[in-house]
Amino acid sequence: MSQSDHHDEHANEHPKLGFWQAYVFSTDHKVIGIQYGLTALVFLFFGFCLMMLMRWQLAYPGQALPIFGSLFSDATMPGGVMLPEFYNSLGAMHGTIMVFLGVVPLAVGAFGNFVVPLQIGAPDMAFPKLNMASYWSFFAGGVVMLYSFMAPGGAANSGWTSYPPLSDIATAGQTYWLIGMIFLITSSLLGSVNFIVTIIQLRVEGLTYMRMPFFVWAQLVTAFLLLLAFPPLEAAGVMQLMDRLADTSFFLPTGLVVTGDALQVSGGGSPLLWQHLFWFLAHPEVYVLILPAMGIVAEIIANNSRKPLFGYKSAVYSLIFLGFMSFIVWAHHMFLTGMGTTISAFFQTTTMIISIPSVVILTVFFISLWGGRIRFNTCMLFALGFLPMFGIGGLTGLPLGLSAADIPLHDTYYVIGHFHYVVAPGTLLALFAGIYYWFPKATGRIMNEFWGKVHFWGSIVCMNMIFFPMLIQGLAGVSRRLYDGGASYEFAEPVLHYNAAMSHAAWLLAVFQLPFIINFFYSIWKGKQVDRNPWQSTTMEWEAPSPPPHGNFDTPPVAYRGPYEYSVPGAEKDYTPQCEAAEV
Amino acid sequence: MLIPYTVKPRPDTGLINSKLGIWLFLASEVMLFGALFSSYILLRVNSVDWPVGSTILSVPIAAFNTVVLISSSITVIMAWASLKMGNLSKGRMYILITFLLGLTFMCVKAYEYNTKFHHGLFPSESTFMAIYFTLTGLHGLHVLGGMIVFAYFWGPGAKMWKTEPEHFTNRIEIVGLYWHFVDLVWIFLFPVLYLL
Repeated sequence: MSQSDHHDEHANEHPKLGFWQAYVFSTDHKVIGIQYGLTALVFLFFGFCLMMLMRWQLAYPGQALPIFGSLFSDATMPGGVMLPEFYNSLGAMHGTIMVFLGVVPLAVGAFGNFVVPLQIGAPDMAFPKLNMASYWSFFAGGVVMLYSFMAPGGAANSGWTSYPPLSDIATAGQTYWLIGMIFLITSSLLGSVNFIVTIIQLRVEGLTYMRMPFFVWAQLVTAFLLLLAFPPLEAAGVMQLMDRLADTSFFLPTGLVVTGDALQVSGGGSPLLWQHLFWFLAHPEVYVLILPAMGIVAEIIANNSRKPLFGYKSAVYSLIFLGFMSFIVWAHHMFLTGMGTTISAFFQTTTMIISIPSVVILTVFFISLWGGRIRFNTCMLFALGFLPMFGIGGLTGLPLGLSAADIPLHDTYYVIGHFHYVVAPGTLLALFAGIYYWFPKATGRIMNEFWGKVHFWGSIVCMNMIFFPMLIQGLAGVSRRLYDGGASYEFAEPVLHYNAAMSHAAWLLAVFQLPFIINFFYSIWKGKQVDRNPWQSTTMEWEAPSPPPHGNFDTPPVAYRGPYEYSVPGAEKDYTPQCEAAEV
Repeated sequence: MLIPYTVKPRPDTGLINSKLGIWLFLASEVMLFGALFSSYILLRVNSVDWPVGSTILSVPIAAFNTVVLISSSITVIMAWASLKMGNLSKGRMYILITFLLGLTFMCVKAYEYNTKFHHGLFPSESTFMAIYFTLTGLHGLHVLGGMIVFAYFWGPGAKMWKTEPEHFTNRIEIVGLYWHFVDLVWIFLFPVLYLL
């Protein structure tokens, strides 16, 4: 048939691509993964800088920021003193950038793209061109978000949740935010379709669903969450754009008065509608942040404890159940809106139920350590750090899931402490673990262990010094939205002294990222060269050359066994790769 | 590099990549329009005076457009069936007819919008007009997207037939699935906005 002939002549040759095609407009999943990774790391650092600015204002309210303060315009920080509007912008954009431009692109775009096709033995993603479109759509969204800082009135300043009516009447930055979000949603839609099709269709021979590495499962469930949860936010974004640009009132109730004047709109809208649509995305989004991190931790723990993952199947079923349940818990973010006790009761029940699969997965990781010969290398330290940090993050979430306890805690620093424990020392530590773990696959070189450990210990101590006091401040009732960090409230007095210490820890955390940044770039060119499988791992990505060429494998691999056959009794070595044929 | 299952279905799933891909895409589209229809319900239930659609909008025009879109769903099937039987010229003719039916739909829609604007009925008029313009506008963008794809497959895209006829036929089937979905959305939109 002409079809197969046509392909066969090209099957084994890879014409040398020019610079632009090879590194910029590439369709190779590994290049796209690295593009995603580097862009996301830059955005993570940028989002972190926004937060460091805020921490100055919280620690020393109303004082001029030394040195850096003079870099800002009079519209943001006149004389180095931060304006309240700018503080609001920083808060909204810190959240948006960290979630949508930092963590998710790193966890899904970078690790998913780079690792998933290799782990399932595929030559590439199912739709390479869509993959490239996904990256560039993400990039465009990021540019729009950055550009919004130049908009009149500054970037979006209605919180990362963009609650109307405030966001409907906010300055132009909000419009940029919505347009940026539509690009990001398009990017994640293209990506998620690609991931699901790749995982279902391109698994190599012998790789049944229950032989897939846990990381692949995590990416599969994550992709379903992105696919189905993002469109309602897109619908909401379109409606908010209509509100802002075509003067409709989807989210504006009748009789709204703004600064003493009645708003000239038709009215009849519902601000609550936005909250429902937003959280219908944003709760599954929480699991989009955490599931890939769990996948990374599973790979690293199995590899470095030299044991199979304990209860692999329970973990997989928990993952699927978790993904399903995450669609029916969203309104636990809205207990304070007066939805009524019946609805609150439903959502607090589902919220309690969803904690069970999370605990199952965490337990699987803990028991996997038991009796293992643990190698305490950098990636394992980060993975082990994830476990208690995610534990604290998860457990502090339980009181927020119960309507009675949530009402006093809502919008306090307790909430900030809770979800930062999940995302920062939780997900981010796991993502760092992934970088140290897969770095040799992407570059053929290994990162420096000593500086990796400095990075780990510095980061985990500083992160706890930032986020634990937030829990205390929140229980004392300090609101998360205060420009002066609570200085104008008498009841906040006893817990205010933490602010300076937390800010110092935040700046110290930045210092502890320097060894990582230097180590990262130094190791790309000068790191110790290693062979294909430096960690003696069983999964298939380690069968490919490092770095893998376009097309990935020397010969298409075949899976003969499960993903984690470590320390098999009677075997010659303590790991049996998935594509090693059984001895007859 | 050869990505498998672009033309021949994978034995255990029985699907080619693009067919699974389009079904997943349509699932996300269901969530998109589902969210908008849910918003419609919530806004309507909360409103004090929601107009009956037929008093503002023209039912005969919309009924005509419904016929146009359903016919185009038939012609896209005819295009696929012709290509399956190896008849490119007939297939291309049906692709062109589908495109023209989409164009007819869009022209009628433009006329409808124009009449509304002339009567001073803008999205800011009421929540009903707002949801009307948002839903039909978004649907119109989907029709436009489909038309661009049909134009491509009628013109430069059809070159693929010479080298990979089976692949080309599959592409028409995939865009057909999308087209049926766009059609289906209209079949929901018509009664919800014009009749209820």
